[in-house]
Amino acid sequence: MHMADALVAPAVAGTMYAASAIAAGYSIKKVHLEADPKKVPVMGVMGAFVFAAQMINFTIPGTGSSGHLCGGMLLTALLGPYAAFLTMIGVLLIQCLMFADGGLLALGCNVWNMAFYGCFLGYFLVWRPMMKKTTSRGKIIAASIIGSVVTLQLGAFSVSIETLFSGITDLPFSVFAGTMQPIHLAIGLVEGLITAAVLVFVYEARPEMLYRANVAGKREKFSFKKTLGVLAVVMLLIGGGLSLFASSHPDGLEWSIERITGSTELDAAKKSVYNTAESVQETTALLPDYQFKGSESGLGTSFSGIIGSCVVLVVCAGVCYIISTTRKKKSA
Amino acid sequence: MSKLSGAYYEIDHMNMVATRDQWVNKIHPLVKLVVTVFYIAVVVSLSKYNLSGILLMGAYPIVMFMLGEVSFKDSIRRLRIILPLVCVVGIFNPFFDRQVVFNVGSISVTSGVISMVTLMIKGILTVLASYLLIATTTIEKICYALRQLHIPAVLVTQILLTYRYISVLLKEANTIMQAYLLRAPNQKGVQFKVWGPLVGQLLLRSIDRANAVYESMMLRGYRGEFHYSNMEHCSGKDYLFLVAWIVVLLAIKYLPVFMYFNS
Repeated sequence: MHMADALVAPAVAGTMYAASAIAAGYSIKKVHLEADPKKVPVMGVMGAFVFAAQMINFTIPGTGSSGHLCGGMLLTALLGPYAAFLTMIGVLLIQCLMFADGGLLALGCNVWNMAFYGCFLGYFLVWRPMMKKTTSRGKIIAASIIGSVVTLQLGAFSVSIETLFSGITDLPFSVFAGTMQPIHLAIGLVEGLITAAVLVFVYEARPEMLYRANVAGKREKFSFKKTLGVLAVVMLLIGGGLSLFASSHPDGLEWSIERITGSTELDAAKKSVYNTAESVQETTALLPDYQFKGSESGLGTSFSGIIGSCVVLVVCAGVCYIISTTRKKKSA
Repeated sequence: MSKLSGAYYEIDHMNMVATRDQWVNKIHPLVKLVVTVFYIAVVVSLSKYNLSGILLMGAYPIVMFMLGEVSFKDSIRRLRIILPLVCVVGIFNPFFDRQVVFNVGSISVTSGVISMVTLMIKGILTVLASYLLIATTTIEKICYALRQLHIPAVLVTQILLTYRYISVLLKEANTIMQAYLLRAPNQKGVQFKVWGPLVGQLLLRSIDRANAVYESMMLRGYRGEFHYSNMEHCSGKDYLFLVAWIVVLLAIKYLPVFMYFNS
């Protein structure tokens, strides 16, 4: 998600530098108020730790591909939002200088997109409310996944907005954002799982290291299946509930087609192949236009959200199974 | 070479290059930092159709690479991260911006093609400028320049410490990974079951190391800020370097003779 210098206009870069500088100034003040003399050396070494951990490849189960750690949510759970934010600035600056990952001018944007959301929103909206009363393994996993997904989504959306205001691409905003958000949903999920695994280990080994977490209570027996079950129910509720509010306006690609052709449907290509494909789709579609056939009720939209989520999960699992089976056969 | 050891050697190599005895390396770090940021700002502020202006901006890296005897080959490797992203963003411009600007034989060159090429060159030039800074200035000197710009000591000290311990922790992470791979051969990465323990162990070791670092710093009289003993103030040649580049860059941006495609 690192923005390059070439992708930002000076005005956007300046604005984001100012916003990040305000957050950094406030963080420095807060770190001073915490009056913990060990804080700065710990921040320095933790920054180096994040740097090293980012280089480790984590195999994603069932896919054969690998993911990486970004570290914003992990740092905020260990150091608190202010120290974590300052640590991430150091990591991003060194990444930009030593490895050309990001850019000097775009540093303000990158700090905002990757450090601000992960450290501040991840802490104040997710970590602190969830750890306020008691801390448990299930809560740590849920907070890590929710925090990482939400903050990466916000970061990806900020990248789209910054690119739009910089005016360097003619790609419509909705298409750009529509591509960025799903990609970062997957990245956020992997980031959340890695963060959860590390924080659960810390909770087991040295629970006092977790920032402002109430670890005095009795530790419950951890059930990974139970936590995944709860997350699955949340996903279904979101898929079913939020789709009721799904926009009836054309989506990004439809909108861009509408701009060019004046209609959201491609009517110029009504040839034999198109007609055949359309008739096959109409016959086989379980929920055409996200409704029951012949129904206008919101129930259909909601139901289609749930069915859609399940179908996507089944297709994902199926494709992953096929890929992993093929790989195993090839390597055998 | 693994990613971890590759990163370790990259940092080591850059440190070696930045400490060479060359005139560019001796220019005051604050001046080089200001010129680099100014150059990048001017490059990205050029109009997306100003192809001639952006080509002229290549003068800065050419002069610095040739006169500073900095390896151009090393800098090319650094484009591998940024350039694909820039290309992905720019590649759609020819599809959406189809106004024909001029014809080369039977081929029509559209404004979308010009903006795409301009964006790619901007991506290359900005990366090269950052490389020139880090290839001629150590992180310690850049941190010194940041302190001169009144960036708070907490932030600068933390950046410096992060940089100093990156090599140590990269080595440690590499040792852990080698031990893991020797016990789990033919694995592409770290398996799901050991995500927590593997990175967690590295984390706990890092925290223990941080405490040891803190204690040793306190024993050596650390009171919240590092002090730089051998840093000099800007001299006449530093000011000359600064003023000369600012004048040249502003001339390329604003003199009408250089503005062909501005719109």
